[in-house]
Amino acid sequence: MQVLLRRLRSELFATPADGALSVALITLLSLGAFGFLRWALTQAQWAVVKVNSTLFAVGRYPIEQQWRLWLLTALLVAASGATWGLLRAHPRPDRTGVLWPSNDRLALALLALIALAVPFALGLSLAIQSRWWGLLLLLALCRWLAGRYGANLSPTGRRLAALVWPLLYLGGMVLISGGLGLVGVPPSEWGGLLLTLLASSFAILLCFPIGVLLALGRRSELPLLRWGSVLYIEFIRGAPLITLLFLGQNILGFLLPGGLAPERVWRAAWVLTFFAAAYLAEAVRSGLAAVPRGQLEAARSLGLSYPKALQHVVLPQALRVALPAMVGQFISLLQDTTLLSLIGLLELLGTARTVMANPAFLGRNGEVYLTLAVLFWGCCAALGLGSRALERRLDPHAVPSAT
Amino acid sequence: MAPVPPADPAPRPAPPPSPPWWRDRRIVPWVVQAVVGLLVLLLIAFLLGNLVRNLTAAGLLLSWRWLQQPAGFDISESVIPFNAQLPYWRALAAGLVNTIRAVLVGLVGATLLGTLVGMASFSHNGLLRRLARVYVEVVRNIPLLLQLVFWYFVVFLSFPNGVAAIQLPGVVLAKSGLYIAGFGEGLRWMGPTLVNGVWQAPVRLSVEFGALLTGLIVYSGAFIAEVVRGGIAAVPKGQWEAASSLGLSWFATLRRIVLPQSLRVIVPGLNTQYISLAKNSSLAVAVGYTDLYSVAETTLNQTGRAVEVILVLLAAYLTLDLLISALMNGLNHLVQIRER
Repeated sequence: MQVLLRRLRSELFATPADGALSVALITLLSLGAFGFLRWALTQAQWAVVKVNSTLFAVGRYPIEQQWRLWLLTALLVAASGATWGLLRAHPRPDRTGVLWPSNDRLALALLALIALAVPFALGLSLAIQSRWWGLLLLLALCRWLAGRYGANLSPTGRRLAALVWPLLYLGGMVLISGGLGLVGVPPSEWGGLLLTLLASSFAILLCFPIGVLLALGRRSELPLLRWGSVLYIEFIRGAPLITLLFLGQNILGFLLPGGLAPERVWRAAWVLTFFAAAYLAEAVRSGLAAVPRGQLEAARSLGLSYPKALQHVVLPQALRVALPAMVGQFISLLQDTTLLSLIGLLELLGTARTVMANPAFLGRNGEVYLTLAVLFWGCCAALGLGSRALERRLDPHAVPSAT
Repeated sequence: MAPVPPADPAPRPAPPPSPPWWRDRRIVPWVVQAVVGLLVLLLIAFLLGNLVRNLTAAGLLLSWRWLQQPAGFDISESVIPFNAQLPYWRALAAGLVNTIRAVLVGLVGATLLGTLVGMASFSHNGLLRRLARVYVEVVRNIPLLLQLVFWYFVVFLSFPNGVAAIQLPGVVLAKSGLYIAGFGEGLRWMGPTLVNGVWQAPVRLSVEFGALLTGLIVYSGAFIAEVVRGGIAAVPKGQWEAASSLGLSWFATLRRIVLPQSLRVIVPGLNTQYISLAKNSSLAVAVGYTDLYSVAETTLNQTGRAVEVILVLLAAYLTLDLLISALMNGLNHLVQIRER
């Protein structure tokens, strides 16, 4: 108690001026918090979010086909749980791993809270609420199983297990868009969070190889490759994303032979990809610059070919250095998907705009935008946390934990 | 005395067999470049060929004559005089001036806010420090577009009109606009006054402009705060200690000792942030402020001249970026520490 008081005193009331500032800030903060709570509990009408929760989640995806999205979510949850458990079962060789570190328990508790509270607060039917509970159980079960028995997995087995993710992505595409015996659902019917996640994950996955190639091109000794990469990167970085999306919607049709131009959603996704690639290239370039020249020279003098030297020696080091910057780009890419609403696509923000155009929900902007802000904040913060965890795992200079 | 040549030079080793041409380092790079260059050229030729063919078919082959035709739409707020009878190029110019106005005011505001918040994260006051952190973490993880529509639809459009308007010293916030005190007729200082239920003041800003500015300043301010924080953190701790042992206060230490030294780290980072602010100003279209992009979109909808409009847009924003970059590079040159 005394320690706490002393700490409070040194942090908040060290000098009279500091004390006055603290009092003023505390007053302002409590007034703000009080005003907000009064609005949220008495004036706000949260029905706009409750009634439209399906619209915000998947847009106009046909109801009778939504089981496919549930199936995909279940698969993703199972794969995440299994990956999580496997990572804990195989700690880095230089560290002692704990199967259930306190952070993991905290994360699972947080997820449980979300899976129990959010569907309840949204007033979903008990059948749907129970699906969320089921997903939670599935996550915990896969996490537990993989943690318990994952240590027996051989390195080859682990490599095969990692293959689940690309397969899942391709399978997810089929599940969402149809084909292979499933009824087709055209992209114009995707919306809400589904479209936001789809567009951003598509762009994140594809911009990565393009960005790495551009970064290598920019540092290449061949003038044509170098100047080509510089031209592309600077052109893209000089233009606002909205003008590029505008270009994709209005000019791509002219640039390709008739009928070959992709659907509007895909056009936007490709523009996002090529846009993000230029920024990613700069992040990767900073990573490449941090790898000493001698690394490449040593690898070459060992007889590795240039591509092999890049693949095994230079890129692993460069990408590790560039990781925080790259994740920063991915986070801003996720945020940039909101711009799709300006070209008439119904991702989260676009859905919000259509909902508020409905006379029944006129003037309910605050409730909707606040919900979206919380959602985006959560996704971006989660990405940031994941990036920091990955950084720690990859950091070669991390202090090995005491055995 | 000349060195004695070795009497019996060892027989020279036979030169290594020259590698086949596909592994010759004098040839391979050029072959690679030629192939890549050819592919890119083919791609460009393919796209341009399609473009010309499709544009001809649509009767929209590149032409700039439409710039002279009357625009036929009005711009709600324009610094340079504009009306619907004036040609398209005047409309685009008005949009560009509006963009530049938003960018300039935004730059100043975001720099002030960012510097203050960046300084606050080094405050002795724990609460202020944490508030600065929370501000940066909240703002950076929420999309700018969402913030802009929030400011516009939730905050600025909820100001009451007339007597009920929010009255601050020298400023009145109403739904009909933001009224700010200034020098009126005859250089007399005038505050906002209510005349027949309508506010009047020397300076009136539209709520659209206000919302755009607030959004841009709050968003860029968070990023600039991080740049400033990084710059201040790069100044060695000894500088703080030396200054405070000389008896300088916290603020004087920052202002006279630390900030000037941190500028050389801050200015390059600011350059990036300023350019993103200029590009982000194109999101004004979401809050109904008629900036360059907004005018260009209307122009495209009316004329169908997609290629020309895009070229104008890209050229304008690229010029703006280059201008900011050039200015900041000049500034960077000034603040670098010259050692002897």
